Amino acid sequence: MRERDVPQEGNATLAGHRKAVYAVADDGKLRLVSSRGWEVEEIVTRQAVEDLERRATLARARARAGESSPLEYHMYRARMDVGLLSQVTGVWRWRVRRHLKPAGFARLPPALKLRYAEALGISSEALDRVD
Amino acid sequence: MPDSFVHAHAAHCESGVMSSLLRHHGLPISEAMAFGLASALSFAYLPFLRINGLPLVSYRMPPRAVIKGLERSLGLDMRFETFRSPPAGMDRLDALLDAGKLVGLQTSVFWLPYFPPDLRFHFNAHNLLVYGRERDEYLISDPVAETTVRCAREDLRRARFARGMLAPKGLLYYVAARPAAPDWVRLGRRALARTARIMLAPLPLIGVRGMKLLAWQIERLPLADGGEHARLYIGNIVRMQEEIGTGGGGFRFLYASFLQELAAKTGHAALDGLASRLVEIGDRWREFALAAARMIRGRDALSPSVLAARLRALAADERVFFQSQHRAQRAWVP
Repeated sequence: MRERDVPQEGNATLAGHRKAVYAVADDGKLRLVSSRGWEVEEIVTRQAVEDLERRATLARARARAGESSPLEYHMYRARMDVGLLSQVTGVWRWRVRRHLKPAGFARLPPALKLRYAEALGISSEALDRVD
Repeated sequence: MPDSFVHAHAAHCESGVMSSLLRHHGLPISEAMAFGLASALSFAYLPFLRINGLPLVSYRMPPRAVIKGLERSLGLDMRFETFRSPPAGMDRLDALLDAGKLVGLQTSVFWLPYFPPDLRFHFNAHNLLVYGRERDEYLISDPVAETTVRCAREDLRRARFARGMLAPKGLLYYVAARPAAPDWVRLGRRALARTARIMLAPLPLIGVRGMKLLAWQIERLPLADGGEHARLYIGNIVRMQEEIGTGGGGFRFLYASFLQELAAKTGHAALDGLASRLVEIGDRWREFALAAARMIRGRDALSPSVLAARLRALAADERVFFQSQHRAQRAWVP
């Protein structure tokens, strides 16, 4: 990549930041060049973010309809999935899955609820709500 | 606060941190040099490590390879500390900062508020430097940020003690004694040999063979669901290659810069030719990324076989390239 070919496409995903890439300058030497972003990066980043957002939106609808617990919504909102939530809380996957259902969630002991809330970076009360 | 600390923008967090840290301690070493000397370039396709259902694809050696690699090859006197209790980890950080130390930390990107929201994923091996503290705010030199940033104590605690894959466990590190001037020729040769060996390793998941296996997997992606899973799968590959601080082309440009710099430092001109060839390979990687992104957006028809063919061509190119690198290293008589 030549220095003049370094994309400066103003990626929304960089939120105004610039990232460093390496490119060949006119003297043939590689050097660090600040880039405002490349559309390719934006496409793949948005794709990943939108996939997580889609899961959160679906989970919210399910939670409102009483088909799943608020925990499922908050899990996806924190960009996690069952495997990751299980890892960060130390709760077995099958137990996490049980708590994603309204009945399992209703029986959650306060201590465990707090553990989930901690891991998701929200308060225990906020975990009950689906905003 | 360590006086006269100078922040430097870098492409990759770990090599950027080591470059700034060593420069601060009197050993000027560029990011590219740090990356290359640690033999951090690689390729790995690890289907058993899944993140949101997608396999891990990496263009470099695993996290901490740069730090540990440099510690070993440069014979650095470095200290590493992890903590079971977050308060102890924060207290220790404060004590080191009060003693004027420049401290490196392993953190989770997700919990760092100064990161752009779209880039905050649960990646636990992000490295940064702390150079000071003002009450409850830490002064941070994050190599992938253009300028220095600040981070509140509570946020930094969360980021340091995030759990899950590659959990940092509060890891902090610092340089305890001034590093000695290295023998660039000896270290350079060794680093070149190691990278060539890894890239040509007779293991199915690593290096050139890893690329071929990934190409085979791409070809077999199911398209029955309209290609949704296939798009996420190839998007993930491109993300690992371009979006997370690789300096473009999956670290290939960064490594080319290392080859150039090593050539200039040691006078071994053959490395200059290698650098130009690797830049061309990096450009092919960028073309692969562009082709994949166009398919993801639906501008071109989704065709896994086209991408697989590109990846195979890249594997063939890199095979020849690293064989040449191996020969250049063997022929290098200091």
